[in-house]
Amino acid sequence: MAAIIIRRLLQAIPVLFIIVSLTFVLMHNAPGSPFTTERHIPAPIMAELEKKYHLHGTFAQQYGAYLGDLLHGDLGLSTQYRNRTVNEIIGQALPVSMVLGTLAYAFALLAGTTLGGLAAVRQGRPRDRLIVLAALLGISIPNFVLALLCIRVFAIDLNLLPVAGWGSLDQIVLPAFCLSVPFIASITRLTRGGLLEVLRLDFIRTARAKGLSETAVLFRHALKVAILPVVGYSGPAVAGVLTGSIVVETIFGIPGIGPFFVNSVLNRDPFMTCGVVLVFGLFLILCNLATDILYFVIDRRVNLQ
Amino acid sequence: MTLRDILPRARTLVLLGGTCALGLALFLAFFYAFGGWTLSAPADLTICNGDEPQTLDPAIVTGQLEGRICLALFEGLTTRDAAGHIIPGMAQSWTRSPDGKTYTFLIRPDAKWSNGQPLTAHDFLDSWRRALEPATASEYAYQLYYLVNGEAYGTGKITDFSQVGVKAPDDRTLVVTLSHPTAYFLELTSLQTLCPVYLPCIAKYGDDWIKPGRIVSNGPYVMKAWRLNDYIFLEANPYYWKPVPIRRIKVLPTRDANTCFNLFYSGKTDLILDQTSIPASLLPDLRPKPYYHPNPFGATTFIRFNVKRKPFDDVRVRQALALALDKQDIVDKILRDGEPVANTLVPPGNAGYIPPRGLVRDVDAARRLLAAAGYPGGHGFPDVNLLFSTKGTGPAIATEAQALWARDLGITSIHLRGQEWKVYLNSQASVDFDVCLSRWVGDYGDPQTFIDMFVTDGGNNNTNWSNSRYDQMLAQSENTPDPAQRLRIFHDMEKILVEDDVPIVPVSFMVGAVLYHSDKLGGFESNFVDDHRWGDFYIPKKK
Repeated sequence: MAAIIIRRLLQAIPVLFIIVSLTFVLMHNAPGSPFTTERHIPAPIMAELEKKYHLHGTFAQQYGAYLGDLLHGDLGLSTQYRNRTVNEIIGQALPVSMVLGTLAYAFALLAGTTLGGLAAVRQGRPRDRLIVLAALLGISIPNFVLALLCIRVFAIDLNLLPVAGWGSLDQIVLPAFCLSVPFIASITRLTRGGLLEVLRLDFIRTARAKGLSETAVLFRHALKVAILPVVGYSGPAVAGVLTGSIVVETIFGIPGIGPFFVNSVLNRDPFMTCGVVLVFGLFLILCNLATDILYFVIDRRVNLQ
Repeated sequence: MTLRDILPRARTLVLLGGTCALGLALFLAFFYAFGGWTLSAPADLTICNGDEPQTLDPAIVTGQLEGRICLALFEGLTTRDAAGHIIPGMAQSWTRSPDGKTYTFLIRPDAKWSNGQPLTAHDFLDSWRRALEPATASEYAYQLYYLVNGEAYGTGKITDFSQVGVKAPDDRTLVVTLSHPTAYFLELTSLQTLCPVYLPCIAKYGDDWIKPGRIVSNGPYVMKAWRLNDYIFLEANPYYWKPVPIRRIKVLPTRDANTCFNLFYSGKTDLILDQTSIPASLLPDLRPKPYYHPNPFGATTFIRFNVKRKPFDDVRVRQALALALDKQDIVDKILRDGEPVANTLVPPGNAGYIPPRGLVRDVDAARRLLAAAGYPGGHGFPDVNLLFSTKGTGPAIATEAQALWARDLGITSIHLRGQEWKVYLNSQASVDFDVCLSRWVGDYGDPQTFIDMFVTDGGNNNTNWSNSRYDQMLAQSENTPDPAQRLRIFHDMEKILVEDDVPIVPVSFMVGAVLYHSDKLGGFESNFVDDHRWGDFYIPKKK
């Protein structure tokens, strides 16, 4: 097991190298320079700027310098936020997104599996129909609509929660909820689908025949198998939710890393863009690895090779 | 239920409960440690400032939102009162030589840094040298090019700073020599680029000197905290030369207009400074509200022609498009905040400046000119593109202009070419367009900041337009010490620009909008330069 994990982690290195290189090439060739503004910048000043941010010389020189810095764990300087390193920005913004994402996903897991279970045991009945409809809505309603609705109702009309901001527990509730809704919906559907399939299988009939209560059948036997699709779905989903959401973080004014995925490209901030791509890549690889391990823990027949 | 049944269940429950509790504890610990948990002291004033500042280093700052915070932290030789007039700042007085080229500033005796150290004329000298030095890579260093040898030093042609026109004969005297009598020099000394910085701090911390706990400043406020995209906390500087009415200011970098307005509407922020921080769709409804304050500022939306490309190499075509454009329609339908229609480039408000009339809308004259140029009724007009930025109102204005020219002149071959902001800036700077929607925000309250853009090969000309008479007049204005005569020259220059040669079509003067409740904030006046010093704000006494 340990050997397999180490091998998977080693495989991650070339993968990360390739994505970061691709990003660097794309940013280098994107039209527009990080330093262009509405005002003309004299050529000598532009040259100094490029020198300071290691963006002078040939492409090979710039790329080489960046890779050299990367090997030392230095993600470079942000060209947008002039007094900050990419390490510093990610160090400040990523934990915020991770806190929000963890909470949102934990809630989504709890709510999603519960709703999925509640629906599956009453298949075709009104309760099932209602949950299926709600899940469909949850997937279909875009985040920004939901967020604005929630702000309107809970923050402005009812005045229960703050409209935006970060730093206190009441400011987490609305964004975490809005962030979790599409995940709740997906997990509900996956759990329901999984359970419906499993509940028809022979070993469930055996468990029932042994006289186990319906609760025990559901939670101790059926759910353990039915949850596998949720585990598979969770790998990429967790990677996504932990690295922030541009929509939710922008609307609620949360200082997370989500908006950087778009804004650093628009700002032509090459090192920041590479930095967030690297972070997302790393999270995706780690979460997928965790998923595979979980698969193995739940079902020993899974071959990790 | 027997004990044998209960025991395993109890074990599962304990295990489950334990895991949950551990998870929660870990989560909370993580949240406290890294999540930006702050029990920050309540601020007396919260300001929505539009976006996260790129930097707050006075020498590097170019943007307006950065400039505002910068000018709360730092103060130059001069500053502004609420109405926007130049008043003494770090200099308590100054004299100007008769030829207008030499200024002698007397630094106030009680000028201090926020660490209590005295601030001297040498601090200004060293800070200006830093701003000019090529290695600092200051994009606004040209604000110091007015000094004798300023440009030569700034572009590395000379390396001896003692040749530059600034001297500090003693701790309280700063003598500045300019290469031309620059009428607006005292405005420049109030800008952040010419503010002093505390060099020992920069020497010690490098690029990190601007962070809380390190930064030393000389303005009405000092920085207490700065979290990226979260907030900046400012506190009154006890060493500032006059008392600061509001003790703590919290600055929010909220970008989204809806979020800003929600914060204001729910009382979480007291002041919104930018029109762009108010949802555009709400503007017509907000205008009658008591907390809506119009805030005109020196900026113009205009259209550039590439005068080297057909058909815009023909002045009649340019004049025709300028005469026909229904600017009122654009203002009413698109901008919707009472923007005045512009027929000239220089916005109103420059004391003593009388602008030319400009080309006032006249569709018949436009049609005649277009026909004379060989495109009667728009027939045969070549395919051209209209460049604009996809940010903000750009697409809407461009689409409307395209439709208006088609409606009034019959030109149907103008194609829209929207580009993402940075790409757009690149295309504009390299004059890679036929027609381009642009804007210009003045650097200081003087017509020159608009007029000198269009000098031949000027860095911001971007039209390929060149007129030797215009260039000569600009040079002449620089050597005219008589202010009234100088403004008359500008009048004639602007006439060439917007009536005779027409490399540009002014569309509208931009207006600002500021939201605050006058019973909660005092000391804010709308002024033409849109420069509001936070150190003058106060909280009105309850009646």
